[in-house]
Amino acid sequence: MSQEKLQSHTVQTTGHAWDGDLQEYNNPIPNWWLYAFYISVLAAIAYWFTYPAWPVGKGFTTGFDHITYVNDKGVTKTTHWNTRALFMKETNEAVAAQKPYFDKVAATPFEQIAKDPELNSFVVSAGKQLFSDNCAACHQQGGGGKMGFAPNLTDDDWLYGGHYANIQQTITNGRHGYMPPFAEVLTDAQITQLADYVLSLSHVAVNPDSARAGDALFHSETAACYYCHGADAKGRQVLGSANLTDSIWLWANVPGAGTIPLKEAAVKNVIRQGLNKGVMPSWKDRLSPEQIKLLAVYVHELGGGK
Amino acid sequence: MDVGIEEPRALYQKRIPIVTRSVKGRFRNFKWGVMVLAYAVFFGLPWLPWTRHGVASQAVMFDLGGRRFFIFDLVMYPQNVFWLALLLFIAATFLFFATSLIGRAFCGYFCFQTLWTDIFIWIEKLVQGERPARIRLQRQPWDREKILKLGVTHALWLLISFWTGMTFMLYYGYAPDLLVRFFTGHAAYAAYVTVFALTATTYAAAGLMREQICAYVCPYGRFQSVMYDPETLAVAYDARRGDGSMGRAAPRAELKIHAIRQQKGYGDCIDCGFCVQVCPAGIDIRDGLQYRCISCGLCIDACNNIMDSVGYPRGLIRYDSEANLALPQPAKPHIHWKRLKVVGYFVALGVMTGALVYSIATRTNFEHDVQQIRQPLYVVLSNGDIRNRYQIRLTNKSGADMEYRITTQGLPPGALDLGEMQTVKVHSGNSVIVQASIKLTPQQVGKYPRFDFVITPLSAPEDKVVEQVNFYSRTDEQ
Ligand code: SF4
Ligand code: SF4
Repeated sequence: MSQEKLQSHTVQTTGHAWDGDLQEYNNPIPNWWLYAFYISVLAAIAYWFTYPAWPVGKGFTTGFDHITYVNDKGVTKTTHWNTRALFMKETNEAVAAQKPYFDKVAATPFEQIAKDPELNSFVVSAGKQLFSDNCAACHQQGGGGKMGFAPNLTDDDWLYGGHYANIQQTITNGRHGYMPPFAEVLTDAQITQLADYVLSLSHVAVNPDSARAGDALFHSETAACYYCHGADAKGRQVLGSANLTDSIWLWANVPGAGTIPLKEAAVKNVIRQGLNKGVMPSWKDRLSPEQIKLLAVYVHELGGGK
Repeated sequence: MDVGIEEPRALYQKRIPIVTRSVKGRFRNFKWGVMVLAYAVFFGLPWLPWTRHGVASQAVMFDLGGRRFFIFDLVMYPQNVFWLALLLFIAATFLFFATSLIGRAFCGYFCFQTLWTDIFIWIEKLVQGERPARIRLQRQPWDREKILKLGVTHALWLLISFWTGMTFMLYYGYAPDLLVRFFTGHAAYAAYVTVFALTATTYAAAGLMREQICAYVCPYGRFQSVMYDPETLAVAYDARRGDGSMGRAAPRAELKIHAIRQQKGYGDCIDCGFCVQVCPAGIDIRDGLQYRCISCGLCIDACNNIMDSVGYPRGLIRYDSEANLALPQPAKPHIHWKRLKVVGYFVALGVMTGALVYSIATRTNFEHDVQQIRQPLYVVLSNGDIRNRYQIRLTNKSGADMEYRITTQGLPPGALDLGEMQTVKVHSGNSVIVQASIKLTPQQVGKYPRFDFVITPLSAPEDKVVEQVNFYSRTDEQ
C-alpha cells in the first residue's frame, strides 16, 4: 500500500542534480524555526549592549549593566558589570551568610562550642577550609605536619600547650622556637653521650654507660640542657622546648632512622647545629579574631584536645 | 518511483493550521478520563493538607531551601537522590516496555503536550464552534465577531497557562501563603520568573505550536518510534479491507450495501475524510503509519462511528500490528508479550521497582556516614599509643529533634573518645559532624584490625545502625 501511495506523491527536492540523477530531498523546516533564529540574533545584539563586549581603541564597550560590591578595604564600589566584580559581590554575600555562625563562635566559650554538635559541625567544615587555605602549607593538609619542618597537630604533644587559649595565642602571635648550636661548646664525644641519654629517655636501647654520662652532662652547667628542657627533660611549654621523654620527634627523625647509630646521628645533628627554624608566623594581621578562634577549636580537635 | 523532477521549494514552511473536528467514542472517553485524573492531581495536589509537625502541612512540597522533598509521609533528602535515579530508570523502562507492546501509548494519552493541547482545542471549540464554524471564522475578515471570539479564546488560553505556571510554583512552598505573597508582590524573584516562563511556554506550546512540538521539538517521539517491532500494536488503517481492489468509494446508491461493494471490489472506506478531520496531528492515517501520528486513537473513534452509521463492521482503523495486517487472513489483534525483549524489559522493571520499594520501606529516619580520616591515616601519641580518627556525619530526617549515642563494639573499653559529646543532639532536618577518635596501645593494635561503630537514636533504640571500619597502624607495630 505504501508503495502505491508514494507513487502518487512526488517528493520535494532542492532542485539540484549531480551526476545526472543524484538529488537531495527537501524537508522544509517550519517558519517559526527561522524566526527563532532571528530572535536569537536580536538577543545577541541586546547582549552586546548590556555586557562588556567589543574592544574599541584602548578600551572596550562596557555595556549598560552595573554591579556594586564592597572591596577588601571595606569601600563600596560600583563598576560596569564584569565577572570579577560579580565574584566580589558573591563573596560579600557568602561572607554575610557565614557571619552569624562566626559571631556565634566568637560569643560562645570554647568548651561550650565543643559540646554543641551543630556549632561544632560548622567549626569542622569552616575550620577545614581555613586550615587548608592558611595552615596546610606547613602543617600539611589534615594537620599531620612534617618531620623537621612543622609539628604534627594531630598528636597529643603540644610544644606551647594544647589548651584552647594556648592554641589561640599561638595562632594570633606566632611562635619562634630556638635552640643554640652546641658544636662550639661540646666535643663530639659529649654530644654522642647527650644523644644517647635523650634516646634512652624514649626507650631506645643505647649504650647505658654513654647514656649515664649524657645524663650527667645534661644536668651539668657545661651543657645546661635542663635550663630549657627541664630537669625531668619533659620540656617547658612557656618556652616551647620539646618534651624529650615521649615517643614524638619533630626535628630528629628517630622513628624513621633504621639502626641505632642512625638514630644517634639524627639527634646529634640537632644538638650540634641547634635550631633556628621553628618559626610560626603571626596570623593576627591576616585572619580576623573570629577566624582565629574558630581555627583554635578546629586545631584543638585535630589533636584530640588537651 | 518518480522523484525530484520539481521546482525548488522554499526552505521554510508556514504552519498550516489544523482545525480538528470533535468526536465521540471509546478512545475519546479514555482521553477525557486520563485528563480529568491528571488535571485533578496536578492542580489539586498543592492544596491537599497533610498533618506534619514542625513544617508546613502540605501533602506534597518541594522545600528547596530546606533541601528536602515532602511527598505525603515520605521525606526525601539529598542523600536519597538515588531514589530519583531509580524512578527515572523505572519510568524509562516502563516507556520502552509499553512502547514495544502498544506503540506510542504515552504520546496520545498521557503526554503533557497532548493533555494541554486537548484542553486548548476544547476551549477553542467551546468559544468558536465546531470545525466548519472555525474554518469559516478563519476566513472571515477581522470583524467584531472574529475579534471577540478569538480574543476570548486566547484570553482563556492565557488564563489556563497562567494557572498552570502558578500551580507548578505552588509546589515549592506552602501554597496558601505563597499565593498571597505572589499577588502582593512579596514572592521571590524566581517565583515570578518561573510563572512567567511557564505561562509563556504553555501558551505557545499548547495554543500556537501544538503538533509542531511533537514533530520538530520532542525527542521522545523520535526514539519511541524506533522501538516498534512488526508485532507492536499501533493505530493502523486496514488498507486491504479499506481500499479493496477498486479503491475507496463514496456509498452511492448502488454501492451502499456491504455485500455488493465487496462483490464489485470496492473497499469499506467511504472516503468521508472523518479520520483526517479529527486528527490533532493533521495527518491521514490511510497513508500508513507515520512519525507524526501520536497514537491518540481519535481516528479509530471517528471511523467506527462512520462504520456504525453505514452499517459496516467496525475496526477499519484499529490497533493492530504490522505482522498481523500482513497475514492473508488477519487474526484478532492482541498484545504480543511473548517476546524476549518485552520479557527482558518486564524483568528489569520488576527488579528496579522491587529495589525502590525495598529501599523506601527500609529507610531509617536518620542518615549516617562514617569516614576514616586519612590525613594522616594514624597518629603515634607521646606514650607510643596509636590513634585513628573518624568523622561521623548524622542527618536527622525524622520530623522531631533527636539525640543519638555513639558507641563501639569489638574494642577494649576506653578506646573511644568523643570529646565533649556524650550524646549528640540533632535538630529535625539538620546534619552534624562528630569527630571520634580511637586510641589503642601498641600491644592492642594488631588485635583489632577492624571494629564497629554503633549509632543508636535514644528515642528509637531499635533503629540503631552498625558500621564496620578499619583501624590502621604501622605494620611493624602489629
Ligand atoms: S492518525 Fe489517528 S491516532 Fe494518529 S494522531 Fe491522528 S488521530 Fe491520532
Ligand atoms: S473515517 Fe473511515 S471511512 Fe471515513 S475516510 Fe477515514 S477510514 Fe475512510
